[in-house]
Amino acid sequence: MDIIKIVGLGLVVTVLIVIIKQQRPELAIQLSIVTGIVIFTMMLGRISSVVNLMQQLAQRSNISFLYMGTILKIVGVAYIAEFGAQICRDAGEGAVAAKIEFAAKVIVMVLAIPIIVAVFDALLKLLP
Amino acid sequence: MDTELIFQLAGISIVITVIYTVIKQAGRDEFAFTTLLLGIVVVLAMVIPKIANLFDTVRSVFRIW
Repeated sequence: MDIIKIVGLGLVVTVLIVIIKQQRPELAIQLSIVTGIVIFTMMLGRISSVVNLMQQLAQRSNISFLYMGTILKIVGVAYIAEFGAQICRDAGEGAVAAKIEFAAKVIVMVLAIPIIVAVFDALLKLLP
Repeated sequence: MDTELIFQLAGISIVITVIYTVIKQAGRDEFAFTTLLLGIVVVLAMVIPKIANLFDTVRSVFRIW
């Protein structure tokens, strides 16, 4: 049961962080970064199997790899940006977190350009 | 991924805090600050490879090259 392990780890680390935060907030932030990385890495194996399944389904239903790859890239960018922004917001730097999220939104928009162009092309073909 | 690193870092943080308090009580504020800085650098040096590792894993899982 992975969830019991993760909840237990989270509770123990929360107590430790609350103790350390009173004295040294900068070390407490680093502790929370490492905790986030450990829990996220535990889950990445599962995410990887889900991604593989999605790709198999896409291959079976003849969806072009362009679309699947773009969606996967967007999900990856969103995960990393969310991770960084939450750490920054936790440390009290809301402005930096907002900038990270802004950058992530711009990058996602750029990644989506091929799909937007494809939709536009299909639309133009439909119109007389 | 090892959970030992978390408790290792927590231990380092508590030890640094204790050393900082002791040196500050002894009246050597400049040494106290140096100890603190050294501790933060050591912890950061342990954390940064893990962050790079996470980014590499995410990149390979979501096929971002």
